[in-house]
Amino acid sequence: MTVDIAGAAAGYRPGRTHTVLSEWRRQWRRRRTQGALAFMVVLPLILLVAFEIGEDDDDGGGGGGRGQFSQLVDVATAGGLNFALFTLFVSSSFLLVVVVALFCGDTVASEASWGSLRYLLAIPVPRARLLGVKLVVALGYCALAMLLLVGTALLAGTMRYGWHPLQSGLAADIAPGPGLVRLLSVTGYLGLSLLVVAGLAFLLSTLTDAPLGAVGGAVLLFIVSSILDQITALGGIRNFLPTHYAQAYLGLLTTPVQVDDAIKGAISALVYAAVFWGAAWLRFLRKDVTS
Amino acid sequence: MPRWIVSVSVAAVALAAAVTVAAWPAQAAYTTVDAQIAGASTDDPALLDARLYLPKSGGKHPAVLLAHGFGGTKDSVAQDAKDLADRGYAVLTWTARGFGRSTGHIHLDAPKYEVADASLLLDWLAQRPEVELDASGDPRVGVVGGSYGGGLALLLAGQDKRVDAIVPMITWNDLSTSLFPGGVFKQAWAGVFFTNGINGGAGFGNTLAGASATPALPSDEPAVPPVEPSVGPTPQPSSSGGTVRQRVDPTCGRWSADMCQAYLRIATTGVLDDATRALLDERSPKAYLSRITAPTLLVQGEADTLFPLSEADANARGITDAPVRVAWFTGGHDGGNGPQSDQDRVKYLMLQWLDHYVKKTGADPGTSFTYSRVTGLDAVERGRLATGYSVTAYPGLGGQTTTAVTLTGRARQIANPPHGRPAGLTSLPGVGVSAGLLGNFATDMPGQFARFSTQPLKDGAAIVGSPTVSIKVASATGDATVFVKLYDVAPNGIATLTNGLLAPLRLADLPATLDQAQPISVQLPAIVTQVDAGHRLWVVVATADQAYLGPVQPQTYLVDLGSPTLTLPAVGGEPIVTPDALWIWVLVAVVALLLIAVVTAVAVARVRAKRKDRAVVQEYAETPLHVEGLRKTYGSFVAVDRVDFTVERGQVVGLLGPNGSGKTTSLRALMGLTRATAGDVFIFGHRLAPGAPVLSRIGCLVEGPGFLPHLSGERNLRAYWRATGRPWADAYFDEALAIAGLGDAIHRRVKTYSHGMKQRLAVAQAMLGRPELLVLDEPTDGLDPPQIAEMRRVLQRYAVDGRAVLVSSHLLAEVEQTCTHAVVLHKGRVVASGRVDEIVGDTPTTTFEVSDVDLAQKALDRLPGVSGYAVDGARTLVVDLGDVPRSDAVGALVRAGVGVDRVAPRRRLEDAFLALVGESTAGSGDR
Repeated sequence: MTVDIAGAAAGYRPGRTHTVLSEWRRQWRRRRTQGALAFMVVLPLILLVAFEIGEDDDDGGGGGGRGQFSQLVDVATAGGLNFALFTLFVSSSFLLVVVVALFCGDTVASEASWGSLRYLLAIPVPRARLLGVKLVVALGYCALAMLLLVGTALLAGTMRYGWHPLQSGLAADIAPGPGLVRLLSVTGYLGLSLLVVAGLAFLLSTLTDAPLGAVGGAVLLFIVSSILDQITALGGIRNFLPTHYAQAYLGLLTTPVQVDDAIKGAISALVYAAVFWGAAWLRFLRKDVTS
Repeated sequence: MPRWIVSVSVAAVALAAAVTVAAWPAQAAYTTVDAQIAGASTDDPALLDARLYLPKSGGKHPAVLLAHGFGGTKDSVAQDAKDLADRGYAVLTWTARGFGRSTGHIHLDAPKYEVADASLLLDWLAQRPEVELDASGDPRVGVVGGSYGGGLALLLAGQDKRVDAIVPMITWNDLSTSLFPGGVFKQAWAGVFFTNGINGGAGFGNTLAGASATPALPSDEPAVPPVEPSVGPTPQPSSSGGTVRQRVDPTCGRWSADMCQAYLRIATTGVLDDATRALLDERSPKAYLSRITAPTLLVQGEADTLFPLSEADANARGITDAPVRVAWFTGGHDGGNGPQSDQDRVKYLMLQWLDHYVKKTGADPGTSFTYSRVTGLDAVERGRLATGYSVTAYPGLGGQTTTAVTLTGRARQIANPPHGRPAGLTSLPGVGVSAGLLGNFATDMPGQFARFSTQPLKDGAAIVGSPTVSIKVASATGDATVFVKLYDVAPNGIATLTNGLLAPLRLADLPATLDQAQPISVQLPAIVTQVDAGHRLWVVVATADQAYLGPVQPQTYLVDLGSPTLTLPAVGGEPIVTPDALWIWVLVAVVALLLIAVVTAVAVARVRAKRKDRAVVQEYAETPLHVEGLRKTYGSFVAVDRVDFTVERGQVVGLLGPNGSGKTTSLRALMGLTRATAGDVFIFGHRLAPGAPVLSRIGCLVEGPGFLPHLSGERNLRAYWRATGRPWADAYFDEALAIAGLGDAIHRRVKTYSHGMKQRLAVAQAMLGRPELLVLDEPTDGLDPPQIAEMRRVLQRYAVDGRAVLVSSHLLAEVEQTCTHAVVLHKGRVVASGRVDEIVGDTPTTTFEVSDVDLAQKALDRLPGVSGYAVDGARTLVVDLGDVPRSDAVGALVRAGVGVDRVAPRRRLEDAFLALVGESTAGSGDR
């Protein structure tokens, strides 16, 4: 067997181990991946059916506010863009959190629980590279899930309700073209704000052998943060909670666009994610792998 | 263990400290002085309950007279007073006469009463040692107030020249015009105010920028018995608190007699008689504006049906002898304080004004005009968001430019219901902080209105100021009362009346038919709104409105457009950049920092990696494995004390040891999974570190198989090899599959495999790529005897061509048969290492199972060359044969008549092993 200069076996190069593609395929075949992605496609269809059934009782949208944010429900059937926006709105508070936590929290912990983590590390795949590839693929799947959700909702909604301007109930109607851009930016912001969950889930994934522990821990953080956010007596401290700006995407629907809260939310999300991922790397690079 | 406790405690303490610092109430930078100041001694003497806020720093300070709104007390403005005191002003707040704990009656800012009281307050301030003076008896003072207090500010500035600057907010210019716009009585608001004054109660809570939303509530301030006008001595206020109400006249309450009678007159008739007009004019700044020389900042609310923007406009035009600055904001009597950005802007403007004109520090604020518009909803705080705009000069209500849009519609006959009921509801006094309510529930009763509409506006329109329209009205009786409204109608039909504002008109001398009617120009109330593209505008002329008092008799009118043009004023304002705009730069900085951090970390790692791998210890360059002084401790537990051994090419080395002797720990250190506490491991001369590339020359199976359960065996192997990134040809797949020997099961999911199958697959995985060193931990665990035999052959065949195998096992027999060398570990130390023969010793021993032990012993005694024997059980002899061949011994026994059942070589390694590690059955890990 020929050997190269670093003493490694022939054909071994650290940069070629465990590529993103190999990790993607590794995760693709799992039932939970396919199940989660399939659910992202099925959910908008379920909502569509629900609106069909419910429409007979209702008199349809419009008619003044029970409150600005519930107006999104009223205009959900006003067009494809509105339907997609509504789907995002209802799934942003919990479903997407669980999906993101699932993809990011399960990835390292499940390898540890199967015992295959030590074999990957013994190949050897450099630890930092292993984490990096796993994180990139996990985030890729999260993005894919969100795009599937929005895409299916948009497609189904447009086929059923037509391609109409985006009504938000908060301000004027937005023409379909710019409305699509707004929708994508709302999706992007939601993804950004979920980085906090991704961060913590990934950190927990490197700490534990139990994948559900990592997933559950991240979801729990999200819930606790949301609860604390409701306590207005906390005053200025609330601005530091990770979920404080979770709804700032609604500001992207007004005319003119309100980006102030979205920017603060982006900063908050990036800082939290950076802290969590930094901790994950630091811990994983130094720890003794016993699983 | 203690390390994590320390770090967790440090983190917890840091968090607690941060929370405490954030939540700790700020230290007050002021002191307060309470005083009872005598009001103007006229026929209605009053004792005013006052409080002076002084900044803590010593010396003289400029003063601010801070007036409260209608129905409030000195406590209503306490927060604003504290803010001003923090800025270095001495702030005097007091409860106006007729309210709270002050005695006297409410005269509605009459010059001889409330305004005279304020002059006396200025005298009192001039006598305070902490207040800066312009001249003897002339304090350096500014007057700030909202609504009722704002009117006071204007009237005081007109009456008393000592005032150096004023900031009147959401206040009136002419009470007659405010209460009788267009000649129609503003019944709802007037009623609310009057009731508010009945018990001098807390009603419109008064922070500087405006009124709160809740309408008048019963007061919880202690009421004071009303003072009869004829009583002589100055009355004392009731000494203690308590909510007992003493004799309060239910008709007039704490109102002064003349105001009470005036209100009852106008509320009954709905007409402004001359006597009342005289009273109201006396209390309106309109007559005194020309006398004002104090610089004036006029702040007016856009959501205000009581004192709309036209009142401030009239004030601005009337003050000719002093610098005037106008600012509009989205709050008001109906809109509250407005969103945070508006509150900040108003506060900033006020402070800027006072700083320059009263404190004499700070730059000239100029006379630019700022206004704001609601531009959306704050998703996070669930409030409204407004954008502020600025223009260099105040354009008035007509805007800088105008747009004309065409109205269409035909003449209609509309009816006025008797007593004006039912009527459209456009606003409720003071209600409207919730955005959905104001402007969205305006309704018009069928038959009561005429509607004229524009085409959908292609590009929309911005309206800043008073739109104007022209109508024609005909009435059989010659007079008519109409209400003209401008609606913004969305394509889906929802019509919005901006801020609930409308223009009432009382018309007289009207012809009976429309042909003879003259066009009447109507100036609609000033608004700030953006009409979106695709929206249309309606001009609606209605006959009744619930907020106003219309005619009692039912009537019908004919209404038509006077001219088809609707004029919309606009102002080209520059959006005001709020401090929030800075956050985008923070975001850019954060992103940049993160990118730099990541790039730096990657670069540093690369550099470090390059430096590490160069060292090759030539001595061991051809030795697959050389372990020197390996030591691993977990805290205080020593798993591996000191281990040294070597594996050379072509060897099959067995690693033996009881449970817990450190075998698996050593193997984990070899694989780079754990870091050794001390010592070195050299693989082909390269010092081992976790992740070292030389590990690619090792194949291993440690602590059991690790497969992805959802993939088949073959897929697992392929996934593993794909993860190595090495060429497929190097894998020798077929060999590995043959070694696994699973047959068709290789295509089934690993989930369905038995332990033995997984084990064989794991060995096959370890052999992928034919690594030069194979490290196996219990490879025969779970295998059947024939499979064990096969495995033995595989391993022995493997250790050729320069490859080596390291096997760790419990099965001593296996090790004896498979391995060429052995290393024995006990309690983390190597107790023996070398060739298996050496460890076992040279002398072969044999076990004989015989029928008669004694006879056998005698036979063996007679056999020369036997070194020794021991009895082991009832039928077994263990004989050290020395040089004697086994067959001779058997023959000797048989000839002696002993029946020989079995002859087997003694498990020699087991002997040696037990000798080395001791017979104790407790695991050596139990230390």
